[in-house]
Amino acid sequence: MKKTRINEAHYILKGKMVEFCGWDLPVQYSGLNLEHMAVRTTGGIFDVSHMGEIWFRGREALRAVNHIVSNDAAKLVPGRIQYAGLLTDHGCFVDDLLVYMIKENEYLLVVNAANIEKDFQWMKKHTARFDVQVENRSEEYSQIAVQGPVAEKLVQEFTDIDLKPMGYYHFAQGRVQGADAIVSRTGYTGEDGFEIYFRADAAAASKLFLDLADRGEKYDALPAGLGARDTLRLEAKMALYGNDIDDAHTVLEADLGWILKLKKAEPFIGQEALARQKEAGIARKLVGFELVDKGIARHGYPITVEGKPFGAVTSGTFAPFLKKPIGMAYLPADHSAVGSEFQVAIRDKTVTARVVETPFYKRSK
Amino acid sequence: MAKENLLYSKDHEWVRREGGFVVVGVTDYAQHELGDVVFVDLPAAGKALKKGDPAANIESVKAVSDVYSPVTGKVTEANARLSDNPELVNQDPLGDGWIFKASVEQASELDELMDFPKYEEYLKGIAGE
Repeated sequence: MKKTRINEAHYILKGKMVEFCGWDLPVQYSGLNLEHMAVRTTGGIFDVSHMGEIWFRGREALRAVNHIVSNDAAKLVPGRIQYAGLLTDHGCFVDDLLVYMIKENEYLLVVNAANIEKDFQWMKKHTARFDVQVENRSEEYSQIAVQGPVAEKLVQEFTDIDLKPMGYYHFAQGRVQGADAIVSRTGYTGEDGFEIYFRADAAAASKLFLDLADRGEKYDALPAGLGARDTLRLEAKMALYGNDIDDAHTVLEADLGWILKLKKAEPFIGQEALARQKEAGIARKLVGFELVDKGIARHGYPITVEGKPFGAVTSGTFAPFLKKPIGMAYLPADHSAVGSEFQVAIRDKTVTARVVETPFYKRSK
Repeated sequence: MAKENLLYSKDHEWVRREGGFVVVGVTDYAQHELGDVVFVDLPAAGKALKKGDPAANIESVKAVSDVYSPVTGKVTEANARLSDNPELVNQDPLGDGWIFKASVEQASELDELMDFPKYEEYLKGIAGE
């Protein structure tokens, strides 16, 4: 099993370790609910070093990035970030990612842990005709996410970057406890927060994590694991690759039309298929639901719509902050309006679910 | 209920004998492993049980876990309080957090369960793994 450079810290903090995408990572420390509530009310500190960092550098870096992503990277300026889809010819997801514009002719693409090698090969193959160097530097970087209302104060104690003026989806480069770092105001929890990408050896990386956890006590922030990361992102209706988005559903079906820029200058993979689908309309759509009956509808539980089978729950849990069972699923587009009801099979029972407004949780600014 | 007077299964259910009936719940170890219980899927009264088959489901945020029946028989009552207060499983696993009561067809099945000292040994074995 692969270990992040922060691995030692998880054992010191008595994390409950599990294998995730080949990595030895904590599913929780003090408890999933406590950690989830800490992020919503104070703060949480996550090791997300398993994420991938792929660099695009060269005269045609912008064209190369824009050829493979759904969003329009030409709109970026140095220090800004976009969420985008890496798409197949059919307009489905190879992965979802963040695009950081480091400077002219240099971009950082942050991808999911499970997809690093697949994405890297895909990117090299489809940008071969551009004057660009594509480099997978995932092994070099550690990443810590600090999320929650106290994140700015907590991270500020560790960096020379002035965080206060930094806007959402902006980043800056500087030092974090002596290490070269990129600090961005981004996250996967629905809260304010930062993601710190840094290069340091295992001792320094573990120390930074432990020091953040230690200093975090002052703010009632907690180290948090993969369990809370999943329930937090689901409450915020953020898609998880492999569950809610995949290579069988398009950007439009995933209700992520806002990351699709069909009219951008550079032709891109998936453009034609998505232009056609936009014209024709979608047959199914990703929605958020709550259960009307008791129970928890989890990933993979079968769905029926008006008595007919229609796929399965893509993500589902009991939402720790909202204190109710929620989930996501693809439904027939003509049956996807808020208030529409459908059924989920939970073991030997059939329960009714109802489409609701999303995100389920939205923080007050 | 004093933990010394209960019988235990390898799946971390406890069993209390009450004449020809048993009361079944999950142990403190089990509730701790489960984490915060948010829903208990209770069996209906009259449901036929086979020893070792799932009789109820306990849902925590992160996972769903089966409660296996330690006996062959029939459900006589489920703990209705758990419908609205599933957290009783965490708060009082050996008392108010009981899951169901059942009739016992073969009393000899109870002999296969562990007494408290044996269960403690069993837990030590798990911790040492």
